This record gives sequence, C-alpha cells and structure tokens, in this order.
Amino acid sequence: MATVAATANEVPARRPKYGSMSRDRQWALRWSYFFLVLFAIFFLLPPVYMLITSLKTSAEISAATNPWWVYNPTLGNYVELLTSNSYLTYFRNSAIVSVVVVTLTMLISVPAAFALARMKFWGSATLATGVFLTYLIPETLLFLPLFKMFAVFNEYTGIELINRWWVLLILYPTLTVPFCTWIMIGYFASIPKELDEAALIDGATWMQTLTKIFIPVALPGIIAATIFAFTVSWAQFLYPLAFTTSDDQLVLPVGIITSLIKGDVFNWGQIMTGALLGAAPPLIIYAFLMDYYIAGLTAGATKG
Amino acid sequence: MAEVKLRSIVKKYDEVEAVRGIDLDIADHEFVVLVGPSGCGKSTTLRMIAGLEDITGGDILIGGDVVNDVPPKDRDIAMVFQNYALYPHMTVEQNMSFGLRLKRYPKAEIRKRVDEAARILDIKELLGRKPKQLSGGQRQRVAMGRAIVRNPKVFLFDEPLSNLDAKLRVQMRTEIKKVHLQVRTTTVYVTHDQVEAMTLADRVVVMNHGVIEQVGTPHQLYHSPKTHFVAGFIGSPAMNFIPCRMENGAGGLSVRVTDQLAFPVPEARAAHYRPHAANGKLLLGLRPEHITEARQHLEPGAVPFEAKLEVTEPMGMETLVYFPLNGTQVCGRVNPNAGAKDGASLRLAADLNNMHLIDQATGQVI
Repeated sequence: MATVAATANEVPARRPKYGSMSRDRQWALRWSYFFLVLFAIFFLLPPVYMLITSLKTSAEISAATNPWWVYNPTLGNYVELLTSNSYLTYFRNSAIVSVVVVTLTMLISVPAAFALARMKFWGSATLATGVFLTYLIPETLLFLPLFKMFAVFNEYTGIELINRWWVLLILYPTLTVPFCTWIMIGYFASIPKELDEAALIDGATWMQTLTKIFIPVALPGIIAATIFAFTVSWAQFLYPLAFTTSDDQLVLPVGIITSLIKGDVFNWGQIMTGALLGAAPPLIIYAFLMDYYIAGLTAGATKG
Repeated sequence: MAEVKLRSIVKKYDEVEAVRGIDLDIADHEFVVLVGPSGCGKSTTLRMIAGLEDITGGDILIGGDVVNDVPPKDRDIAMVFQNYALYPHMTVEQNMSFGLRLKRYPKAEIRKRVDEAARILDIKELLGRKPKQLSGGQRQRVAMGRAIVRNPKVFLFDEPLSNLDAKLRVQMRTEIKKVHLQVRTTTVYVTHDQVEAMTLADRVVVMNHGVIEQVGTPHQLYHSPKTHFVAGFIGSPAMNFIPCRMENGAGGLSVRVTDQLAFPVPEARAAHYRPHAANGKLLLGLRPEHITEARQHLEPGAVPFEAKLEVTEPMGMETLVYFPLNGTQVCGRVNPNAGAKDGASLRLAADLNNMHLIDQATGQVI
C-alpha cells in the first residue's frame, strides 16, 4: 500500500482536460448552425418574396415602396388564378403527366434495376453503365432530334405527336428512367445477396423475390427515386416548351410563362401566385415521404 | 430426407478451378461437415448442392435424382446462411413461414409447423418480433427455424456460427446438435472451425485447394490422418512436425531428430516404417498431448528427453510448453504442477506409440 501511495505522489500533477471533447463538439455545432441558418435564409428568401408579391396588387408591385412589405394585402391574384380555366387546365395536365410518368418510370426502372443488379447476365455491367450514360446527355441536345423524329413519324403514320400533352408521357421517361434505374441499381446492390438466395431456396421465383422481398426492403430507395421522378416531371420546362403550344395542351411551368407574360408586360402578382401554387405539390409529397425516405429498412437483415 | 451424392464435381471461375473433381457420398440422416481453410472450395461445394452456383462438371444427386439443372426451389433443401439472411420487413413468424406460404400450404399446417419449430428452438415468444429486435443468437435460431419448418430433404449450413461471439458459438453448437438429433435430416455443414467440425459431425470432410484431403469420423481424422495437411489442420494446438530421419541401428529402428536426440520406434510400428528408413525427407508428427512431463514410471514407448522451454502457457487444467527442436517450435502439454517455467529446462517424455511419420515429398502420412 505504501509503495502505491508513494508512486501516486510522484506523478506530476497534470490535470487532464475533462470535457475537451464536448467543447470541440459545441464549436462544431455552433458552426453547423451558423451555416445552416445562412443557407436556410438564402434558399427561403425567394419563396418568401414570391409569397409577399403574390399578396400585392399590380399597382403596389410597381409602386416604389418597400418590396419586402405588403401594405394592402389582397387574395385577388389567388382568386383570379384559381377561377381561370387555363390555370386549372395547366395544373390538371401537369398532375396527370407527373403521376403517369412517375408510375411508368417505376414500372420500368424497378424491374430493370433488379435485373441489372441481381440477375447477372452477359453484358449486364455494361448495360448498367450505358443506362447511366444516357442520363448524361442533356435534353437541350435531344429535343431537336426528337422533334425531327416526331415529324418523320407523322409523315409515315399520319399520327401527330407534336402539340399533344400526352406526348410528354413518352418524353419525360427518357429523363427519369435512366436516373431512377441507376439509383435503384445502387440500392438493390446494397441489399445482402444472401437475402435473394434465401428467397430462391424458399421457393420464390425472381418476380416473387422482387415483389415480396426487394421492393419492401428497398422502399426508401424507391421513394427517393419516386421523389426524383416526380420533381423532374413537375418542373420540366424545355420539352413542354418545345413540343406543346396550344393553351389547352400546356403544363404548369410553361403555361404560367406563356399566359401571364404578354409581350413585355409581366403580370408579376399572378406569376408569383402561380409559381407558389405550383410548388405546393412537390412540397406536400416531400413532407409525406421524407420519413420513409430516411428510415433504414434493411436493419436486422444480416449481422450488425 | 435423402442421401446426397457428389460425382466428380468441378467448379471453375474463368481459369481458376475452385473445386477440382470431388466425390462424396452422404448417407440419409447423416451430419457431414465440410471443413478447410479459406478458399478451399467448401462453401462453393455447398452452394453447388444448394443450386446457387452452376457446376462446371460432374453430377450432384439428391435422393437419387440428378439435380445439376434443377433450380434451388425444386431441390427440396433448406439453407442457413452465415449472416442469417432474415427478411427484415417480416416478423419472425412470417420469416419462418415464407417458404410454406409461397407453396400455398394450408394456414393450419403452416401454423402447426411454425409452432413445432419454435418449440424445438425455444423461440415461441419471439414469433411476433422483427429481426432487428433480436440478438445475434436469436436471429440464428430463427434462420434455423426457417429451415426446419420446410421439412426439407437436406439441411445446408454455411458457416452459421461464424458471426457469433465465442460463448454463444459453443451454446449454439450444442443447439444445432440437439436439433439434428431430433429431426435427423441429412445435413451438410460448412465451417472453417475444426472444433465445430469435430464436435458436430458424424463424418468430417477435410478440403484443401479444391480437393478432398480425407473423409472420416472425427476419431479417424484425429488419430489416423492420411495427409500432412489433415494432421496439421485437425487438433488444437496443432500437431508438431519435426524434421527427422530414420536410423536402422543395432538397437532397432529409431527416429533421429538432432545429433543428440533420437527416439526409438516402438516395435509394433517398426515393421511398418522400416521400408522408409532410406527416405531422407521425413517429418515426425506428434500431438502436444503426446509430449508430456517425464513421469517416474514411463509408459512403454515413452522416451524421456531434456528440453529448454521458451514459453509456457498455463491453461488451468494443463500447461502448454513451447521449445525449439531441430529448427521448429514444438508444443507439449504438461501437468500444471510439473514445474514448467519460461526459460527453464524440463524433462519431458515423447509418446512414440502415437507418432506419425510424414513423407515430405508426397505430403502423405506413412
């Protein structure tokens, strides 16, 4: 005992910095909050400005007053837009196109990704890369050849594809399917191989393995892909601008621009209202699906 | 239930030959363990029996039928994977009944089978839980339950205990043995752990470099290994291999280990070894338990010698002693009260009745 006590006394009195880790953490948190707030302000200012502007009359918008304040708030822009047949048509077209495109995309890309990720066949790896490469070709390069193709198609078959809202159902998947397939290949590849082997031994066919095991397990990935496909379809501008012209065939992004900008007259109040209302559906979808998106459903499948 | 037969099975991955023409007959109800180091082809063999890998050559027969081109689901087998492979979105009950539901069994039958398997594995209270709410051992039981409910012809286990901690592994090993004694399904079990192989198997198949080195009961493999590899692989601590040569002198046949040390070969074995006396490249194989402290009354065949110990490892019931001999480190097992100390000398005795002689050129035990 005496030896132990003596040794203890000889140790230089150096106080360890207890809690230094938590101090580091505190600073890290402060910096993260600082940047998060900065980014939040940066990204929220435009929608706030849109909201403020949408509540103003045209006279107030053009008046030299504080643009960040509403002196005579009005819902006139909202009433006018929501009672205008054109706006409701754009909204309906956008909704139908987006929902159908998302459905089509999922019906194609989920089985495609499953086949490319799991059913190893000759050239599957090259095909998977090829799928992604098609996504890298920008639509600005594609719309002219597509336009030409549709014209030739019309020449030979007599079927008119230009200026039809439903032609967007063929066009949008060229953007959504490659990327969604790519996301899903990555997600399916992260599912342990033993899971489909167990299912195969349990007597499942490939289709049953996909529907009963892979789709439920890969739900977060499928939701991520769905969100992406919906956002792309909802916000797509170039293709509808190039391929649709009649008022009743337009979708929301193009409709707002073409009907609310007359020559050099910008109806800012209604443009902002239309854009704000147009942004609502993706927001609602994000809010509902975020929880699923974040949840890691593979927990417990294997060791860990 | 059924017997499994492998006939000249070959598996090639491009140019690499993972399994090189193996033949094996597994009897009905038998528990066979495939054991070997990583990359020896044991898991590939199991996966070929399961139908998860195509075979490059040969035939696999289950219950007398060639199943080379039969998909896994039609082979009537069940497999337990190393990492459990439970369906994470299903409850334990749904996991166990998945195969039966796919085959559209009546609900009452499914219920009965799941309950019976849950009773055997003692997991009744877990039936409503999801895999993520289970511990490693529980998950492994569920994986076994999923196999049992199917009542297949053959059970396949692919290193099922490798992910468990040491204590749980021993416990689950006993569980697997108990389950086999109850259900008596033909079982092929793959492991790299020779203790698991020895404790579980009716017969052990030792594989190395894609070929079967030896097939036999645990007793046969331990006491009569046929090759250098099997002799060294089975047993822990491993068998000692000491370079030696044979001397056929006036006093009879002896094994010379160093210039100073030679062990006389017991008369019973001398006749067998004498033809190899001219072979200059031999290894003397002695298990650690056959190198003990020299007792006052030596057994016939035990030869005393002095050894300078390098390291001692007290294990409680025995002490492992390590000392150099003819360029190799040799391990012996001595009584904990024999006075073995690091760096000290100790009088040991080698039991030549249990010696093995290995031809270094062929790798065969003579």
